[in-house]
Amino acid sequence: MPDAPGVELLAQELREAHPDAVVATEHFRGKGAIQVKPERIVEVLRFLRDKGYRALMSVHGLDYYPEEPRLGVHYELLDRERVDRLTVKLRVSTDDPRVPSVTPDWPTANFQEREIYDMFGVVFDGHPDLRRILMPEDYEGHPQRRDFPVGGEPVLFTYNEDRGTGYTR
Amino acid sequence: MSTELDYRTQEQQVDFTQRMHPVPGAAEPEQELLTLNVGPHHPATHGVLRLLVTLEGEIVRDLKPVIGYVHTGIEKTAEDKSYWKVIPVIERMDYLAYFFNAMAYIGAVETLLELEVPKRAQYLRVIHMELNRIMSHLVWLGTSMLDLGAVTVWWYCFREREKILDLFEYSTGQRMHTRYFQVGGVADDIPRGWEQKLREFLADMPSRIDQYMDLVNRNEIVLRRLKGTCPLDEQTLLELGVTGPLLRAAGNPWDLRKAQPYSSYEDFDFKIPVGQRGDNWDRYAVRMEEMRQSLRIIEQALDGLPEGPHITDNRKVALPPRHELATSMEALIHHFKLVTEGFRVPPGEVYYPVEGPRGEYGCFVRSDGSSKPARVHMRDPSFVNLQATAPMVKDSYIADMIATLAMLDPVLGGVDR
Repeated sequence: MPDAPGVELLAQELREAHPDAVVATEHFRGKGAIQVKPERIVEVLRFLRDKGYRALMSVHGLDYYPEEPRLGVHYELLDRERVDRLTVKLRVSTDDPRVPSVTPDWPTANFQEREIYDMFGVVFDGHPDLRRILMPEDYEGHPQRRDFPVGGEPVLFTYNEDRGTGYTR
Repeated sequence: MSTELDYRTQEQQVDFTQRMHPVPGAAEPEQELLTLNVGPHHPATHGVLRLLVTLEGEIVRDLKPVIGYVHTGIEKTAEDKSYWKVIPVIERMDYLAYFFNAMAYIGAVETLLELEVPKRAQYLRVIHMELNRIMSHLVWLGTSMLDLGAVTVWWYCFREREKILDLFEYSTGQRMHTRYFQVGGVADDIPRGWEQKLREFLADMPSRIDQYMDLVNRNEIVLRRLKGTCPLDEQTLLELGVTGPLLRAAGNPWDLRKAQPYSSYEDFDFKIPVGQRGDNWDRYAVRMEEMRQSLRIIEQALDGLPEGPHITDNRKVALPPRHELATSMEALIHHFKLVTEGFRVPPGEVYYPVEGPRGEYGCFVRSDGSSKPARVHMRDPSFVNLQATAPMVKDSYIADMIATLAMLDPVLGGVDR
């Protein structure tokens, strides 16, 4: 795990290579995180890969509701040589949730970006096959958003089956 | 004129001579591609998995997994529950690795709380996780041999699996989804006589593994279907984010228990089996050896099981002992607070990875300072590993695809969550 100055040094190198990319740095519970601008994520991850973080272990989305910008995407990087983990975070608003896809560089992100698109509605530009993955293809809405209600899904039971397709009402 | 006659006259007008002269540039009949739907209820899939397979004759040219059939929204449900009530739902994600799901989640919450876990609890966690690993591998061995057409192995594997589940029932009260791991430790100390039962199991199990290997290792059909089929090189596996036995079968000894020890794994002496070719046989052999190594870990943990409390004495997160409720007002208040609101967790974001039977289970928890998590996400290895199916089985026989799927060991409850 890089210590707090280590994350700062890394962020400094990143700023020198890509002047407008880094938004903030963080060191929490022994682990570093760098927040970057969404449009620079591909360059940032490439830069960090050259620094040794060759494995992308997880990509996941989250909703910071009611904070703005609401949606977030996290990239968990791993350096197997130094056994070192680093999180790269970005935030996008729900009005224009577009993030460049890192799938061409990291094939492992394919399913995970699809899941984030499915669950949060973040659109990954350049993704080879951006479709819903867990929810049905004709599903409306993004269920992991925090303003999406639990139990908002109509279910066909025996008591409402005689209403035909109107059971959703 | 009836329609039948109409049809007959039409049939007589068909010019068969055109058929003898194929259209230039068109595909030969044997080069035509066939799209076959395997699943979602095919018996050879471990769960409800659908594969869109593009076949050229018997050769798989392309494969697309279609998932989501058992998506139950566990991550969404978790956001609506207090931290300690999330444990039972999160255990149900990958239903063959419940202790690992719980460990990843609890580890993340404990990191947020900066909570020290007693050594005895860490050892008890290790014992249960390694038993769980053996249990999961036994289910894998039984079902994968079932996929290859061997029913016998299944019965032998499930004989020992029952013993492990009996041990779980004895120590935790439940066979599966035990809710044994608590934030700060484990729910209860092991009962009297459990250690004896476990030692009997540990003495038995190596000879049982020999039995499975006697059944499988020299079986002509198994050897032909596993040896040299569907290998994938280490580099491609790393790019696809594959972890666990699949990666180790290709020769990369990455194991979080060694690389980033958690829950006192650094105290134990064990080896990490690796393969050489990364084919189906190596995937099989690596898991078989992992079971023996797990037995070694359990034995060491049982021998060195430290005395002391089984759960943290921090009453803000762990329930007070039952007898204190009758005598201590403070304990009663803590108990009431915990079972109604739950405990609050300082705001922050933590990703906690553990090494499960299928690879890296990483739980991401975001806390907003309340008593319910703002986001719980499980990086499930089955979900990520499933992406490696297509490169593995490309240009191999459809029968090898079934064998590869068996050796891939995806658990669809974990894939869909």
